[in-house]
Amino acid sequence: MSLIRVEDLGIRYGARSVLSHVSLSVERGEIVTIVGPNGSGKTSLLRAIIGAVKPATGRVLHAPGVRLGYVPQRLHVDPTLPITVARFLRLPGNISPAAIAAALTQAGVPDLGAAQMSQLSGGQFQRVLLARALVGKPDILLLDEATQGLDQPGSAAFYRQIEAVRRDTGCAVLMISHELHVVMSASDRVICLNGHVCCEGTPDIVASAPEYRALFGTGTGGALALYRHDHDHDHDHAHGQEQVHAVGQSEAAE
Amino acid sequence: MLDDFMVRAALAGIGVALAAAPLGCFVVWRRMAYFGDATAHAAILGVALSLALSMSIFAGALVVALLMALIVNSLSGRGYAMDTLLGVLAHSALAFGLVAVSFLSGIRIDLMAYLFGDILAVSRLDLAMIWGGAAVVVALIAWRWSALLTATLNEDLAYASGIDPRREQLGLTLALAITVAVAIKVVGVLLIAAMLIIPAAAARPLARTPEGMAAVAAMIGSISAGIGLRAAYVFDTPAGPSIVCVAALIFAMTSVMRGVRHVR
Repeated sequence: MSLIRVEDLGIRYGARSVLSHVSLSVERGEIVTIVGPNGSGKTSLLRAIIGAVKPATGRVLHAPGVRLGYVPQRLHVDPTLPITVARFLRLPGNISPAAIAAALTQAGVPDLGAAQMSQLSGGQFQRVLLARALVGKPDILLLDEATQGLDQPGSAAFYRQIEAVRRDTGCAVLMISHELHVVMSASDRVICLNGHVCCEGTPDIVASAPEYRALFGTGTGGALALYRHDHDHDHDHAHGQEQVHAVGQSEAAE
Repeated sequence: MLDDFMVRAALAGIGVALAAAPLGCFVVWRRMAYFGDATAHAAILGVALSLALSMSIFAGALVVALLMALIVNSLSGRGYAMDTLLGVLAHSALAFGLVAVSFLSGIRIDLMAYLFGDILAVSRLDLAMIWGGAAVVVALIAWRWSALLTATLNEDLAYASGIDPRREQLGLTLALAITVAVAIKVVGVLLIAAMLIIPAAAARPLARTPEGMAAVAAMIGSISAGIGLRAAYVFDTPAGPSIVCVAALIFAMTSVMRGVRHVR
């Protein structure tokens, strides 16, 4: 069965409905990306999947014994709380030092074990969060705009790391991102969300869907719909190409 | 040995310090310092009620502190900022408590003893209560330590690991109520929050891990109790406030140490 299945999910905060009639599923080993404008309910959907929000309608089903690895959008470590990276990774309990070292290596920060959490840079912090999600050997990684606050090369490198993790461990990935051009090229499937599922499918299909174009434009709006690097419109190409090259996807994108 | 009132006082102080240390760390990390105050102030109402109903002061204080904690827990996140809510509840509870005490004309009670504690009058029974309560608090926190720490860092991270942050918060609240109830005799209602926060804050610059901070806080709390009692005896000062003064001086020392380390 699917790792995660969402059936006819609706979420309301008070009288305000943020999601309605959302159904989706994630299979073993696939990378699924959720895109959508601000306030489209992306984060609420992810929080419902991890159990932090109670659905108003519908339900969320996890495969029996499925292990979730959640990477939050942001995590604030209060400066009054002293905690090393290694201790942070050991939080779920019964994690061996070898497993911690392996997770840190997998996340691309092998030498940070002894560092204080409050002294990490933005990029290091996100990778440590990724390591924390990996240390429990998850069947599925859930990422909520995990590259927020990283610069372009930094987030491109982060997504390459995610792909490498999927390749090495075979875990599925369900992620939210606003960096469409990077993320869509790396996804098996894209779900476009705006209070409901507008459209879904392979990146190709979604990028050409009228619902998607209505939300993000055809590219004239700037870098938002850069997945297809069209040359039939005028915007700042230097910037766009740099971004595409940064992830080594220039052939595919051209 | 327990015949000596100074020995009983020292043991009472150390008992409270041991319970307050790990709990105080969470109070500091979660920024709930005022929560401790609110629970403690409510305890005065509990003292008044238990005198009126002639039941044990420990039980009365525990029940009201617990009620207060539960009210705050359930009201939080419903339109009022936390500090406003706590301000309303803490001071109302204290005011109602003081008014309630004034109705007890039949018995003359020494209000000062409850506001500032009366550690030198700790009996064997009190001592048993304090150490029993402290043991429950330490056991509760040790049992939930990882879950509490995860929930403190990030609620969504806790949910994803199958931890319910609201349940963990309830456990913390319960521990806080017990600590307040046992500490009334030792430092009094007005200074309980000091025993929670000051040793934990003083331990911060000396610690690299959460467990280290709790351990150092327990040490600082115990040392404060010992030196404070001795100072109270020598200088004939009130015992509870003297203990808090020593803790405050240790806080000043570790803060300066951290400052010096930063300058280098």
